[in-house]
Amino acid sequence: MIRVVLPAHLSLLMGRHGEVLLEVAEPVTPRRLLDALEETYPVLRGTIRDRVTQQRRPFIRFFACEEDLSHDSPDAPLPGAVIRGDQPFYVVGAMAGG
Amino acid sequence: MTSVRVLVGTRKGAFILSSDGARSSWNVAGPYFEGWEMYHVKGSPVDPQRIYASQSSGWFGQIIQRSDDGGVTWSPVGNGFTYDGVPGTHQWYDGTPHPWEFARVWHLEPSLRDPDTVFAGVEDAALFKSVDAGENWTELSGLREHGSGPFWQPGAGGMCLHTIVESPRDPSRLFVAISAAGAFRTDDAGESWKPINRGLRSVGIPDEDADVGHCVHRIALHPANPDVLYMQKHWDVMRTDDAGESWHEVSGDLPTDFGFVIDVHAHEPETVYVVPITSDSVHFPPEGKLRVYRSRTGGHEWEPLSRGLPQSHCYVDVLRDAMAVDSLDECGVYFGTTGGQVYASRDSGDSWEAIVHDLPAVLSVEVQTLA
Repeated sequence: MIRVVLPAHLSLLMGRHGEVLLEVAEPVTPRRLLDALEETYPVLRGTIRDRVTQQRRPFIRFFACEEDLSHDSPDAPLPGAVIRGDQPFYVVGAMAGG
Repeated sequence: MTSVRVLVGTRKGAFILSSDGARSSWNVAGPYFEGWEMYHVKGSPVDPQRIYASQSSGWFGQIIQRSDDGGVTWSPVGNGFTYDGVPGTHQWYDGTPHPWEFARVWHLEPSLRDPDTVFAGVEDAALFKSVDAGENWTELSGLREHGSGPFWQPGAGGMCLHTIVESPRDPSRLFVAISAAGAFRTDDAGESWKPINRGLRSVGIPDEDADVGHCVHRIALHPANPDVLYMQKHWDVMRTDDAGESWHEVSGDLPTDFGFVIDVHAHEPETVYVVPITSDSVHFPPEGKLRVYRSRTGGHEWEPLSRGLPQSHCYVDVLRDAMAVDSLDECGVYFGTTGGQVYASRDSGDSWEAIVHDLPAVLSVEVQTLA
């Protein structure tokens, strides 16, 4: 199972807190992970990716295994530690403001 | 038993303030959707238990929430706000072409006639309509495509469609206002639109009396006389007696005619309320005194209403969607401030008290009068 950690605003929207566990068919990529996440929680459509372009929203970041994956291709395979469930995939609201 | 529900949208969540008809003791519920910007929360005039809310975030985008039980429980509905066709460009702040991009819903206007029909005014400026209680949204693109769209330019807060007024007499007639494009009207349920800005003059645009380009802040009407509309423009309080065909200024003896809100008494079509704000560069009340001004003559002659409002060191703003009236026999008037106060008057504005003091900055106030 893929472990996904979401920001508090989205957890509030989903009505649940803590990590989300997802089944994602191989090859596990950010696009397929987010497809599965939105399939399970339709309320998240448009909150992480633009509904039309499917581009990552400007103030959203993707972290895993201490790396920033935000600018990687959405079709690039995720790290093995994420696929095995050893490490979570973080969806992060970028820090901004004072 | 008559009661009143005040729906408050703030920078960090929504609140519902409720009272019986005496309006002397209030229950405060919330925050709902804490941490999210709640630009607007408004109930259906047909079914008061049906409430729509615009929930947005610069990080996470736009959500529409709907309650079918008067705000006790909420469900997210559709957030697919996709412009019709290829939206093209409008002008950017520097006058260069800029692609139309959806940012957020500023205003939700539930239909006067059907609880499942609701209009949404969005940034970048466009009008959307849902006929299935917010599940699906369709742009009424005749507005954006009527011809002047490429010349619209954003105001300081963005290029937003912030005001939607449905004619109580004619279901095909709608008025909208856009910052900074002006006011527009449709007489065929949104198929075609025309600018209705004749009589407006705006210093700061190249042609002071242009057909479009005016920064209209808010429009209000009284149901008994739907051809008379009142407008708080960026500067100037305006009035039309012919459904927007022509406007004339009624600022009269106001201490300043800059401001955002304007509303009309529930039972007196010629009684109008505004909250003067010092200027477009000084967004707080003149002299640090928070005063509502009331005209009982449809404009021109205004009286300050200050009893119960802070009369020193008050430096809050009152934003465009943050005033509403109830329809009890003695009309109640309500407004919210960027300082987090919601003030209420249960005597048509003669005296005021704060229902709450310390909410996040208030973006919108709407009132439901419940039988």
